Amino acid sequence: MEEIKKGFTPDPDCLVQVRNLKMFFPITTGFLKTTMLKAVNDVSFDIRRGETLGLVGESGCGKTTVGRTLLQLYKPTDGEIWFDGRKIDNKEALKNFRRRAQMVFQDPYSSLNPRMTVGDIVAEPIDVHHLCANKTERENRIRELMTLVGLNTEHATRYAHEFSGGQRQRIGIARALASKPEFIVCDEPVSALDVSIQAQVINMLEDLQSRLSLTYLFIAHDISVVKHISNRIAVMYLGRMMELASANELTKHPLHPYTVSLMSAVPVPDPKVSRNQHRIVLEGDVPSPLKVPSGCPFRPRCSRATAACAEACPAMREVSPGHFAACHNL
Amino acid sequence: MNLLEVKDLHTSFFTGAGEVKAVNGLSFSLEKGKVLGIVGESGSGKSVTAYSILQILTHPGRIVSGSIRFHGEELVGKSDEEMRKIRGNKISIIFQDPMTSLNPTFTIGNQLMEAIMMHTNRNRKQAEERAIEMLRLVGISEPEKRMHQYAHEHSGGMRQRVMIAMALACEPDILIADEPTTALDVTIQAQILELMLKLQREMGMAIIMITHDMGVIAQICDEVIVMYAGGVCERGTADAIFYHPKHEYTKGLMRSIPDMNDDEKNRLIPIAGTPIDLLHMPPGCPFAPRCERAMKICLQEKPKEYWVGRDHLSACWMNVREGLCYGERPEEEVEV
Repeated sequence: MEEIKKGFTPDPDCLVQVRNLKMFFPITTGFLKTTMLKAVNDVSFDIRRGETLGLVGESGCGKTTVGRTLLQLYKPTDGEIWFDGRKIDNKEALKNFRRRAQMVFQDPYSSLNPRMTVGDIVAEPIDVHHLCANKTERENRIRELMTLVGLNTEHATRYAHEFSGGQRQRIGIARALASKPEFIVCDEPVSALDVSIQAQVINMLEDLQSRLSLTYLFIAHDISVVKHISNRIAVMYLGRMMELASANELTKHPLHPYTVSLMSAVPVPDPKVSRNQHRIVLEGDVPSPLKVPSGCPFRPRCSRATAACAEACPAMREVSPGHFAACHNL
Repeated sequence: MNLLEVKDLHTSFFTGAGEVKAVNGLSFSLEKGKVLGIVGESGSGKSVTAYSILQILTHPGRIVSGSIRFHGEELVGKSDEEMRKIRGNKISIIFQDPMTSLNPTFTIGNQLMEAIMMHTNRNRKQAEERAIEMLRLVGISEPEKRMHQYAHEHSGGMRQRVMIAMALACEPDILIADEPTTALDVTIQAQILELMLKLQREMGMAIIMITHDMGVIAQICDEVIVMYAGGVCERGTADAIFYHPKHEYTKGLMRSIPDMNDDEKNRLIPIAGTPIDLLHMPPGCPFAPRCERAMKICLQEKPKEYWVGRDHLSACWMNVREGLCYGERPEEEVEV
């Protein structure tokens, strides 16, 4: 959370370090008029080696944009990304980074090319990065990857439409693993799946993490899933980070008023608990990201907002060891 | 007499590849003022059940056999014209996707008034008043202004409120909610569920809540039906289903949900296998191919529903084998 820009020394315990990341998109809002959509605004965080950092928030909060900007799928407006002690700022570093960092997408239907066989889909990163010397090696690697994610190796010549949602997500994961990455951004990898299939994929992601010593950024809106898989969780709201703490701490003792209401709104699959649950029902909707309120973005919906909240956006600070929150009233 | 009585409902889709039995022998009843939850995975037939009740199935789907009685009156076989008097008037539905269920070319007010004028004797002026009253009831600020706006000017949560206002404008006896909060964020979901419960208490209607989210079921339902492959696995009060599940599928479903209170991060126990192919249904219990405890009989014969508690029925051979079944409804609470 250090705000030091100059003389930044990377932490060897961290695989990914993001400092003051900003991603603004110009949106045409009228005749000759463009407004900046601040999808990600001054976000900083670290991901330690071998850990899973969960990223939660409501739709439009910028969590997917963080994942994509982090992988340089968008060119960040501002900010620094450090990977394994190196800053990603030149072509050479980027090329190396692209092989070592991969992504699993949300929609298992639109993220697989319907005209390619499963084998070719899985082998695409291998082809792009020239990781196999010859055809036999490539075939063997495809077979190895498909076994790794629990797919039948004989299905390599089939097309994506012949598979169910859960199997397609496995294909997406096999593709992400093909270039032997160390870091994977999982963007809502299970939200399109049924509950019973969801658990299969979550278990598989956990197994792969320990077997291949992977580091994950796990983006999802389902808090119980994120809590289960993550070591630490970060909460975003309207492009800004609100709170970051260990998974148990954040779900048990949330500090930021937004996180508190978010946690109380999560439906508990237990009727007796649910009936007696004290819910803080937030008034109103999330404001449009084009018209972010001044100061703290959560201010208009916050019950504890004061005059100070309208003036300056609170910075993230360590409230208790390892527990960061951005709120003036803590 | 029950408000709604569904008996042995069979609804199929006649596709080029064969008959898809989306609902396969479903029976249930709904009492006045109750909230019934129907829970199941995609393809379990929960939405098709709702569409069958309202007879809004699209080609090539149709009700093959069975009976749906509303206030004792048979709905199956009614003409489209007769059904139109019931839809939106006596039985209303809210759909999953608030983005596509409103017409983008008409104002919100126009669409609300259309429903009101169609089913009541109100004139334009009275319908407008009623529409504004409904919008206020569902917690939309400045309803007079909103009446002249279009769907795209509203957020997802607001659109779902408009849908609820539209569905409740004619004070229906039954509100069918087909995954009303799936497309919404959790904080908005909490608002909508709270609103539905409040209106249900005030207006005394019955709700059929269709969802795949066990958390939503726990929050608002009195009774629950667990569906798999077009049939009922288990039904009972919410407490019976959550605390004493008596079907291997329900048990598996509960085990596969991550527990918010589990700080140890114990491994999830998923249900093995893939969802059932409705074109090729096995002869026995549809869940048997994925069931860890499946026996020989499970693969051969479809289990019928047995009483396993005072307000609890389950269709699982395991209960028969373990002697947990009763020939008739037990007099007292017997859950173990």
